[in-house]
Amino acid sequence: MKNGYLLQVNDLHLQRQGRQILRRVHLAMAPGQVFALLGRNGSGKSSLAYTLMGCVGYTPCQGRILFAGQDITPLPINERARLGLTLAWQEPARFEGLKVRDYLALGMGKRTPERIAEALEAVALSPAAYLDRPVDETLSGGERKRIELAAVYAMRPRLAILDEPDSGIDVLSLDDIGRLIRRMADEGTSVLLITHRDEMVPVADAAALMCEGEIVRVGDPEEVRRHYARHCVPCEVAEAVEEAVAYGRF
Amino acid sequence: MGGSKASPDTLAELPVATPAETARRPARFGEFEAIVRSFERTGGNPALLRSPQVVSLVISGNKVLGANEVPGVHVEAQELEHGVQVKVIVEPGTRLERPAHLCFGVIPAEGVQEILSEFEIGEGAKAEFIAHCTFPNAVKVRHLMEAKIHVGREAEMIYRETHYHGETGGVEVIPKAEVAVDEGGRYTSEFVLTTGRVGKLAFDYVVDVAARGVAELVVKAYGSGDDAITVKETIHLNGERARGLAKSRIALRDRATAEVIGATEGNAPYARGHVDCIEIVRDQAVANAVPIVRVRDDRAHVTHEAAIGTVNKKELETLMARGLDEEEAVDVIIRGMLEA
Repeated sequence: MKNGYLLQVNDLHLQRQGRQILRRVHLAMAPGQVFALLGRNGSGKSSLAYTLMGCVGYTPCQGRILFAGQDITPLPINERARLGLTLAWQEPARFEGLKVRDYLALGMGKRTPERIAEALEAVALSPAAYLDRPVDETLSGGERKRIELAAVYAMRPRLAILDEPDSGIDVLSLDDIGRLIRRMADEGTSVLLITHRDEMVPVADAAALMCEGEIVRVGDPEEVRRHYARHCVPCEVAEAVEEAVAYGRF
Repeated sequence: MGGSKASPDTLAELPVATPAETARRPARFGEFEAIVRSFERTGGNPALLRSPQVVSLVISGNKVLGANEVPGVHVEAQELEHGVQVKVIVEPGTRLERPAHLCFGVIPAEGVQEILSEFEIGEGAKAEFIAHCTFPNAVKVRHLMEAKIHVGREAEMIYRETHYHGETGGVEVIPKAEVAVDEGGRYTSEFVLTTGRVGKLAFDYVVDVAARGVAELVVKAYGSGDDAITVKETIHLNGERARGLAKSRIALRDRATAEVIGATEGNAPYARGHVDCIEIVRDQAVANAVPIVRVRDDRAHVTHEAAIGTVNKKELETLMARGLDEEEAVDVIIRGMLEA
């Protein structure tokens, strides 16, 4: 592991359909760290998550991704996953006919009923009520998100990218998610927490702010949170652009 | 059959047929054992075929190897040149406690098997049949099933049919059924061919449903190689408040082809019908779906949905993010769809 970092992103650029989505992204995460990536909707956070995971259509045009010292930029998703990297999607996929117990077991190295049940309990869902339910449209959005987090937890990855785990979740449930993230870190999983809710940031050890495809601030979570609350809600960049357009300077 | 004991952990409560009882059956031991092994491959429990408390019928080629009746259920089987004529009668009011097991198969690599069957489910009766059709060594086997089914007034029949055609694709299977469901009756059919190759499948069921009757047809198949699948499910909702569902789940890979015609007619007041077809294609496979909805009464309501596409990208990437390679992930998604 070069420089002791688990994840290093060096000068990453991504273009999609002729648009620059990510530019000059640099990021470094230490093992066991919870790193919050804060930013407004459309700032490029999810695109960065998909690029780190190696999703189709998210191949960077420039830059490198190092995971535990290995250049994973050319690797497909499943090879990255086997190295210990995984992603919980913001809007998780639904699977007709696949039971929760089987879904949770898919990514587990050692599959035991106890560990599967433990993963559900970690997201405050009752194993008795959920193990035999299908991971399909019959689950509510909140239930599906919890099961996605349970699947990631069950996998015990080295790095979990959680894309907006707090969206579509009621305020009371935010505590459950915060506890789960800390538990994952305590058990050896680093977490890249992607969020636009500044109240999630205190769970992190470090934070960065993303704006228009760039990391514009990195540092102490509280300092990044304050900056975000002050300058990004509402968004000063968007207001400046609107003003420039209104006065014909753009 | 030889009076083998039922597996104690699965069928401890079922008494086993005595050697004298089994000797009375027209069993031919070696072939029976071969067909039973094949039966197991489609998920069947061999002990069920030996239990006197379970209705069963075992047919290999044109030979009747075993048959068992219980009170209220009569099973007649007559050997023909290329198959067997079967008649099953469930007397009115009979409620079958355990599913009846029907085992059809051809053990040699080549052969023809024609099953001409008739099912009579008497008024108020209830019976479930689990049919296992296995052709494990097939290189060139043709299996034709022609059934006439009558579900009496307020009666219920469930017919689940699981096929295993081996791995060569040398099987041609032609299941045809004409079903009549009387007033308040209920008929459910599920045809599953998701393990091994399909070969050629030409499924054609037609159901007429009287007032307050219900019909549900489900076909699930997974084609590969140059398998060719044709599914035709037709439901005529002829009586007031009759209901019907024609559902199909087809997955195809390699150069396999499928055409699914799901037809439902609403011919009476307040009849409700739905056609539901999903097909997943991979590689060079080709799928067609033809939903037909026809309404002859302005108070009837018939709907359809058909979707053909490849595996959903997000589902695929989600599973790959758990470490599955692409083929494994596709298989999980397709098996899930076929399970649902």
